[in-house]
Amino acid sequence: MKERIALDASHLPQHGMGSASPSWWGTLAFMLIEGTGFALAIIVYLYLMTLVPAWPPNAPPPDLGPGTWLTAVLIISVIPNMLVGRWAAKREMKKVRIGLVVMCAFGIAPLILRIFEFPALHVYWDDDAYGSISWVLLGLHTTHILTDLVDTLVLTVLMFTRHGNNDRRFGDVEDNAMYWNFVVITWLPIYGCIYWVTRL
Amino acid sequence: MSEAQSVPPSDTEFEDGIVEERLRRLWARRRGFWGALAAVDHKVIGRRYIATAFVFLGLGGLLALAMRLQLAAPEARFIDADRYNQIFTMHGTTMMFLFAVPVMEAMAVYLVPLMVGTRNIAFPRLNAFSYWTYVLGGILLWVAFALDVGPDVGWFAYVPLAGPEFSPGKRADIWAQMITFTEIAALSVAVGIVVTVFKQRAPGMTLDRIPLFVWAMLVMAFLVIMAMPAIMLASTTLILDRLVETQFYNPAEGGDSLLWQHLFWFFGHPEVYIIFLPAVGMVSTILPTFCGRPVFGYLALVMAMIATGVLSFGLWVHHMFTVGLPRLGESFFTASSMSIAIPAGIQIFCWLATLWDGRPRFQTPLLFIIGFIITFVMGGLTGVMVASVPLDTQVHDSYFVIAHFHYVLIGGAVFPLLGAIYYWFPKFTGRMMSERAGKWAFGLIFVGFHMTFFPMHMLGLMGMPRRVYTYQPEMPWGNINLFVSLSSLILASGFLLFFIDVVRSYRRGEEAGDNPWGASTLEWAIASPPPPYNFRRIPVVESREPLWDCGETLPVASGLRLDRRELIVTSVVQGLPEAREASPQECIWPFWAALATAFLLIWSIFSPWAVVWGSIPAAAALIAWFWPKGTPEDEG
Repeated sequence: MKERIALDASHLPQHGMGSASPSWWGTLAFMLIEGTGFALAIIVYLYLMTLVPAWPPNAPPPDLGPGTWLTAVLIISVIPNMLVGRWAAKREMKKVRIGLVVMCAFGIAPLILRIFEFPALHVYWDDDAYGSISWVLLGLHTTHILTDLVDTLVLTVLMFTRHGNNDRRFGDVEDNAMYWNFVVITWLPIYGCIYWVTRL
Repeated sequence: MSEAQSVPPSDTEFEDGIVEERLRRLWARRRGFWGALAAVDHKVIGRRYIATAFVFLGLGGLLALAMRLQLAAPEARFIDADRYNQIFTMHGTTMMFLFAVPVMEAMAVYLVPLMVGTRNIAFPRLNAFSYWTYVLGGILLWVAFALDVGPDVGWFAYVPLAGPEFSPGKRADIWAQMITFTEIAALSVAVGIVVTVFKQRAPGMTLDRIPLFVWAMLVMAFLVIMAMPAIMLASTTLILDRLVETQFYNPAEGGDSLLWQHLFWFFGHPEVYIIFLPAVGMVSTILPTFCGRPVFGYLALVMAMIATGVLSFGLWVHHMFTVGLPRLGESFFTASSMSIAIPAGIQIFCWLATLWDGRPRFQTPLLFIIGFIITFVMGGLTGVMVASVPLDTQVHDSYFVIAHFHYVLIGGAVFPLLGAIYYWFPKFTGRMMSERAGKWAFGLIFVGFHMTFFPMHMLGLMGMPRRVYTYQPEMPWGNINLFVSLSSLILASGFLLFFIDVVRSYRRGEEAGDNPWGASTLEWAIASPPPPYNFRRIPVVESREPLWDCGETLPVASGLRLDRRELIVTSVVQGLPEAREASPQECIWPFWAALATAFLLIWSIFSPWAVVWGSIPAAAALIAWFWPKGTPEDEG
């Protein structure tokens, strides 16, 4: 077909920021997928709860210690995380590098606490359905932390290389920060189920 | 001199011929074996996806014929009970997970970027990853079947039958892990479709100018995103029960077998609409072309599709009416099941109005659409019947249900799909399919279908249960079964003719030209088959039927670079240009990532440690994929 020039795109930026970037929307879509998965796992937890007279059925409620410490660490991590996101938006390379290193530490810390969380459940995955769903909830969220930690580690290394200083990479840092907030938010209802629903 | 070099070349500086030449070089596909594995062009991936899905349709069809052979006479001995269990499981699993869902997504992969006027799908490497994961999952299932370890627990693998106690061995695990493969693949494509439709629409394509096919695929992608996690959770917990003795589905330890049915059908019912809504999009696109007028009730059709999508999540319990749920729950799900007939009715009336007011050209694609309307309405009527609890209780697990869902799935989705293949084949290949063979294929398939499946309603009402490998001569089912089996040969010959026509037309069909049907959507503005970069310049959309309203001259955008793969990103609602975004080059890592994922998933059928050790190569492949390659696309 013949063409008629109706729009000049040459003035447009060469990479969209925030909601103008496809990766931002891709991250949201993955959050929707994983959020649905977590919501369903929690529904399974509540469903199984309705089947037995007492919850937990054959075990004391999990110890509050490790899980509550982990929750505190995750909540505190939101502050440096938001800062990294903001610095990335302003293209402040030096601060972004420091912030990312801090966020790597905040990714590792909950994994260490998680090691103590599993025994604190006082139930094994094969004891009964309560044990199964408690382990699966914790396991799912551990995978969540682990995936984002690997992502953060790779990004941190990347930002120290020649590939770092570029709009696209700063956008990745922002998306990664957004994703970490999601990792923290999805933990809260799981924490509520495992530690407080068992004490109702 | 340095300044002149620092300004990247743009398509405003050159004549059309030179722009095309440079784009061709820029978007060129790599040749050879490794080039084929590294492909990221949505058209290449889409074509492979469609072809693979049709291979699985053929395989699933052969299994159906094997079942019809066995059931043609009472107490036949062609297939024993164990093999028969595998065959009906493989038939359902193949058709649902390896044909119906993938083929619909594949049509979206090929067509959505063209119809919204962009140069590639969003996340092209994820799209390639999706294809490889899908193929590997399909191979897993069929190799297992060839080795006599094909799943034998039905396509919905109900526990306790599929649990560790009643299904020792690895057959049920093969089924469950095949689910993981296909769901990863489906979710990956869904993300690509959503973001393509949200962000890569041509400038000016506001929400009310999006082609209905694209709307349908958008709603479908959201259904995939919301529904597939349920089946992944279900299949994972089933594997855990079987491998590490979790107790999710063991009632003795606080588990529950109905939990499986809830999880499965929370996915399984939207699944039906994941298959059906794309068909709605195809019908709404093909009808206007052959009626020579815009579709009647665009807004109503969009709303009906969204309403169908929302309602589809509130129906799952109607698959469980006979398990003994509370009466109130059953009434609620009866009402919600019947209410989905409202958007379906709106769609049917809009299509009838388009036909009524247009001047229909009865070519093959339109014939399939008309066949669809007739067949789908019949399937919808039996759907309203089985939505009622007493009737469902009577015909549950009988051939009546088989008849019903083949009417809505084959009539509601495969007929429009075949019409869509006849319609878009010229765009895919540059060649027309044969009109004569097409009319014969339609006739054989339409007549063969009704002769095969209509009598199954009667068989069901006469009490013939599903999933039996044979029946006694005293039962009054023999004659009808023989009739059904003979009719299925007519149906199969129609499909055979279709496949022959595809191969023949691909080689020697008549040259198609850019727009052989005189259609209005953007994919027909460019050559058939489209060049690797799709559009020389990204179109600017000024109306809902761009090619009917723009005359001979297409409004376009200029100012894109010619030294990196570039497309335009626009705002979600109004389609206002926001940025020029890079689109990645060919990449081998999605292939390796899919292979590493397959390694992990298959190993984990046998050992839980696979998840630990298998994730290392998978993570390595993903990091290599993510790591910038120093191309202009990466460096911005």
